[in-house]
Amino acid sequence: MTQYLLSVHHDYGTEFPPMEEMQPVFEAVDRFNQKLQSEGAWVFAGGLKPIEQTTTVDATGDTPIVTDGPYAESKEYLGGFWVIEAPDLDAALAWAKEGSAACAGKVEVRPFEGG
Amino acid sequence: MTDPIERIFREEFGRVVASLARRFGDLDVAEEAAGEALLVALERWPVDGVPPNPGGWLTTTAARRALDRMRRESHRDAKHRAAVMIHDDTPHEPTGAVDDDRLRLIFTCCHPALAPEARVALTLRLLGGLTVAEIAAAFLVPETTMAQRITRAKAKIKGARIPYRVPAADDLAERLAAVLTVVYLVFNEGYLASAGDAPVRIELTGEAIRLGRVLRTLLPAEPEVAGLLALMLLTDARRRSRVAAGELVPLPEQDRGGWDRALIDEGHALVRECLDRARRTGRPPGRFQLLAAINAVHTDAPSWADTDWRQIAALYDQLAAVDPGPVVALNRAIAVAELDGPAVGLAAVDRLALTGYHAWHATRADLLRRLGRSAQAREAYDAAIAATDNPAERAFLTRRRGQLAT
Repeated sequence: MTQYLLSVHHDYGTEFPPMEEMQPVFEAVDRFNQKLQSEGAWVFAGGLKPIEQTTTVDATGDTPIVTDGPYAESKEYLGGFWVIEAPDLDAALAWAKEGSAACAGKVEVRPFEGG
Repeated sequence: MTDPIERIFREEFGRVVASLARRFGDLDVAEEAAGEALLVALERWPVDGVPPNPGGWLTTTAARRALDRMRRESHRDAKHRAAVMIHDDTPHEPTGAVDDDRLRLIFTCCHPALAPEARVALTLRLLGGLTVAEIAAAFLVPETTMAQRITRAKAKIKGARIPYRVPAADDLAERLAAVLTVVYLVFNEGYLASAGDAPVRIELTGEAIRLGRVLRTLLPAEPEVAGLLALMLLTDARRRSRVAAGELVPLPEQDRGGWDRALIDEGHALVRECLDRARRTGRPPGRFQLLAAINAVHTDAPSWADTDWRQIAALYDQLAAVDPGPVVALNRAIAVAELDGPAVGLAAVDRLALTGYHAWHATRADLLRRLGRSAQAREAYDAAIAATDNPAERAFLTRRRGQLAT
């Protein structure tokens, strides 16, 4: 078995739809999570707070530096992720297709080192 | 490659690598061991003669080499694995509809998680047995670039665990389409040689046809496999007449007596088989079967003028339904020009957004020339020449431009 990171990215500047529109998405993600758990593929998952709440810490120099905001300037940021366990990439991709449909976003699939 | 040993080796390479990849679960091990088996063959066969079953001999020799290597390596893991594999005669896990190592290998090499250019390179390397240097030369990229591309793809197969498996029936059609696309890309890169000094690179067309035949043997009931093989055969049959004195000869002017009748007969038989199956099953023919049928009409006609253009236009209509795109529309417009005249054809061509495509400019140039609109034709020839690097095509377009009335 290999562990895969299924990550969901959001674009900066796109407003989140109102709650009543998001409700079906939350429900679909819940159903997907339950399926992952019941089929033994679930390792961990979570949604992240908005990118504005990010803090970056750099302790590579003599004095640790703490700054507001993300490390990398980019147009997308990590919004949430699943860590799953699958026998091979085809199985992971099949989960990613379901996850993408459930969360209404593109999903990036990446194997863990040594997983 | 004229050396008979190397020729046998290339014929058998895919089988050897595929069999070892299943046994050892590692493409690098399989590839290296196959290479070592060639060195042994080059040493032994000239003395002992070629064994009666060279493929089996190469596989056995390569497997032995791979095991030796694993034993030599001091890792306990490797030793343990090697010991397990020596005794492992259990049949591998069942893998869907068809069970052949080469078929698994080609589906792995053409996996959608790999970049298209990596699929092509891996297929030529691992199934075709071409060297990295040969593949790099065929695609006109530096050898280090090609080596990196192949290494990266193999690392992804291993790291992301792209399975070594024929896809399940549900996914087979979609995944097979990706495989056929790779083979056709190889063929076209050889036949239409987008750049370089040779107008046709037969090492690529030949390899694509060989892969097409392998697929046909492995998947005899898949109509698109038959369609692709027929399409390549019917195209390749015209190769000798297609270039004369370094200049491209377009279809209307080709010496049809120089076409390869054996390839045409084989291609026509495949197209008939596809038509029969489509009628029997009610399954409409796919892209490759339709392209093959169009080429069957061309190779059936005694001349350009005597071609069944109505049939060709109808086939392009069917093709547009499964492959809607401007290139198909361009080819349909050429048939329309034959049916309804160059003005109607030109109107259809001008509606297409293909200004970066040399064939669009070349088609426009030819239709404008036939309409006597020399100044516009000249501009179109200029644009077509600028858009292609194929030397034979440039030579033809330049001569045509020179013949325009001033």
